[in-house]
Amino acid sequence: MSTTLPFAATQAQPNYLNVDYGWKSWLFTTDHKRIALLYLFSITAFFFVGGMFAVGMRMNLLTPQGLFDHDTYNKLFTMHGIIMVFFFLVPSIPATLGNFLVPIMIGARDLAFPRINLISWYLYIIGGLVALGAVVQGGVDTGWTFYAPFSSTYSNTHVLITAIGVFISGFSSILTGLNFIVTVHKMRAPGMTWNRLPLFVWGHYATSLIQVLGTPVVAITLVLLALERLFHAGIFDPNVGGDPVLFQHLFWFYSHPAVYIMILPGMAVISEIVTCFSRKAIFGYSFVAISSIAIAVLGFLVWGHHLFVAGQSMYASIAFSFLSFVVAIPSAIKVFNWTATMYRGSVSYDTPMLYAFGFIGLFTIGGLTGLFLATMAIDVHVTDTYFVIAHFHYVMVGGMVMAYLGGIHFWFPKISGRMYPEGWAKFAALVVFVGFNLTFFPQFILGYQGMPRRYAHYPPEFQVLNVMSTAGASILAMGYLIPMIYLAWAWRNGPIAPQNPWRAKGLEWEQSPTPPPTFNFDRQPVVTEPAYNYSGEEEEEVELGG
Amino acid sequence: MNHHVVSVKVYAAVFAALLALTLTTVAVSKLELGEFNFIVAITIAVIKATLVILFFMDVRHATDLTKLFVGAGLFWLAILLVFLLSDYFSRGWLPGPGWL
Amino acid sequence: MADSETPLAVHEPELRHHFDDSAQQFESSVLGMWVFLVTEVLFFGGMFGAYTVYRNLYPEAFASTSHFMNVTIGAINTAVLIFSSFTMVLSVRSAQLGQKKALIIFLILTLILGCVFLGFKYVEYHEKWVDHHVPGPSFRYEDTRYVHQAQILFFLYFAMTGMHAIHMIVGAGLLTALIVMSARNRFSAAWYTPVEMIGLYWHFVDVVWIFLFPLLYLIGHTK
Repeated sequence: MSTTLPFAATQAQPNYLNVDYGWKSWLFTTDHKRIALLYLFSITAFFFVGGMFAVGMRMNLLTPQGLFDHDTYNKLFTMHGIIMVFFFLVPSIPATLGNFLVPIMIGARDLAFPRINLISWYLYIIGGLVALGAVVQGGVDTGWTFYAPFSSTYSNTHVLITAIGVFISGFSSILTGLNFIVTVHKMRAPGMTWNRLPLFVWGHYATSLIQVLGTPVVAITLVLLALERLFHAGIFDPNVGGDPVLFQHLFWFYSHPAVYIMILPGMAVISEIVTCFSRKAIFGYSFVAISSIAIAVLGFLVWGHHLFVAGQSMYASIAFSFLSFVVAIPSAIKVFNWTATMYRGSVSYDTPMLYAFGFIGLFTIGGLTGLFLATMAIDVHVTDTYFVIAHFHYVMVGGMVMAYLGGIHFWFPKISGRMYPEGWAKFAALVVFVGFNLTFFPQFILGYQGMPRRYAHYPPEFQVLNVMSTAGASILAMGYLIPMIYLAWAWRNGPIAPQNPWRAKGLEWEQSPTPPPTFNFDRQPVVTEPAYNYSGEEEEEVELGG
Repeated sequence: MNHHVVSVKVYAAVFAALLALTLTTVAVSKLELGEFNFIVAITIAVIKATLVILFFMDVRHATDLTKLFVGAGLFWLAILLVFLLSDYFSRGWLPGPGWL
Repeated sequence: MADSETPLAVHEPELRHHFDDSAQQFESSVLGMWVFLVTEVLFFGGMFGAYTVYRNLYPEAFASTSHFMNVTIGAINTAVLIFSSFTMVLSVRSAQLGQKKALIIFLILTLILGCVFLGFKYVEYHEKWVDHHVPGPSFRYEDTRYVHQAQILFFLYFAMTGMHAIHMIVGAGLLTALIVMSARNRFSAAWYTPVEMIGLYWHFVDVVWIFLFPLLYLIGHTK
């Protein structure tokens, strides 16, 4: 069964990129694919800004006495966290790859609410500009966690404006989630039953549930914080009877599930990549699908593990600790299933698969160290140290960002109609892997040895590991810059891609042209096979004589 | 479209019930019932809300999917409140001798 | 593939190109509105959580402040909102039956009742302002034992009822838009989705008040 079109025809055919030109056709588009690209460019810009703050931090940490004073350093790590969490990680895969692919993967012509999709991008931009406005005016120094009463009473930086910016972007997240939920329920093509859905869609559905259920709580928390900044009633001020721990409870009710908003789409991407580059159906499809939902649900029951040393009752802490162990189980199931998929598969080492390998190894390390932190007796020792920082950077950067890069490379041909340079891509993946580990592994040791986080200056005995970490960060930065360059080059100059360069299964590869037309398909797809039917294809090849 | 029309009588009956329940809850609040005041007031509020949701928002004729989402919203609110309050309520508990 | 040139669009008004038929489009709108309302449940829920925590931490202060809640206005407002839900539901019913005049009348009644609610709210807030019970530099409390705790409780009162009032104002705006659209014959028995969706939103705002009223006005009143 041929799924490729002649090279020249692929370019000449009208697709979502060449159907219309001009800034209005982009800024007023309702095409989910164009909106995905709008997000891609803006998210990359924010990643760059957040990265600049990281550069400042790592430069400061080269020496024990540092480059900056405490107030400036406080602003650096705060802005790094706020921008990376709220304006990069939370939207990243869902708003780019999710927006682009979810409708195509289920056989639909667009998301359920295309105009709301565009509004969600504008809300993201407005929220981002408001937050950047706070940066330009001098920044915020509360930490991305905005803990009260410092944030509500004592900080004299631009907390209010930043809170407003984050609040607005939260609605962008809610609307994206709402759109995906309705789309997956109502817009599936004939034959696309729930147990034929690509795991990418299951992962994004689970993510959307979290976005819809969790984000409103951080929204109201920021409202209360903003009102407190304005009226000083004392709701979080212990001097007048307020409880700072209440802020932490309300904040983490969202912010813990938020980390699953960040990682589930990455896992969704890895499921797609691993099956394709093992030429094998995913091992335990139902388990992987249900594990996404399990993570979404269980992720709401563990937030108290951020409050172990905050004054939370011991009994609540015990419950949260136990549940934090439970939530690790579905993640572990995914890792086992990806590995089992590769076993006796026909594994190839294209760039997306290299990023998938990186994800599986680094996410596992990050996840296991999460269990250390879920253990109260250990957490008391390493909380607020670099151990925590290393943990979450392993899952977020070693996990999520690698999945993001893997996904961008995997679907780059579909999105752009061109191939990226594989040699440079493999090289960059290696640079990222080396740079990442050199940056963050020393931080586990630093944390264990007692170096606190959010400190501008540190005792001299920690310098060697800090220098290693900064060196690693420079390498990691190179690893991120190289793809930005060759992907931009390949967008215009790369070789034209065939319809299905990876010979992957899935509606987006098999039944949608590359790049897709505005309404995704030339004719309504009807689904008759299970997802990842690679063995069916192999049987065909054997029959035809290979 | 594809759903049935509810009679004005049904809506009026629900409206009357809601008003009656409002009067009841105000009247009961004037009595000295201790902790029971809270329980009665919340129970009446839950009944009123249920009437609005089932009849005015027509959830009784809604698809199973809609009912699932209504239930999920309430369930998640319960998670927030129960887990949040569990911290405050258990802060005063002291471990007994030989226990942890 | 259905697009805007096929006969389907002629028989199915307002069908947008990415939907296969009106039923799918309507069901998507209903699910979308309910998902949005679920987010609102969690949004208000955070404040209900904060309220419950402080109510249990400071029961005496709470009992003290409850004497300053105007139960009469609260009860009238509750009845007004319930009445407005009734008129809203009748307006949706009118739309279902293609009764344009009745639709407009009931929408206008709903809007008026909503404005009555807001009017009473303004009276209440003004009362509180005069009594120096608005949190901020001008706050003063009659019982010096509970000054700080009372300020926190009044803060929550204003945050919760204020957020509710903002939702009412947005609802009033949406109702106005519906009235204009109805007057311009945009709705028919075949398509009236915005009326029903905004109806759901309006009822939700009513449900929030159904809980706010006893929790803020009625509990602790007798102590």
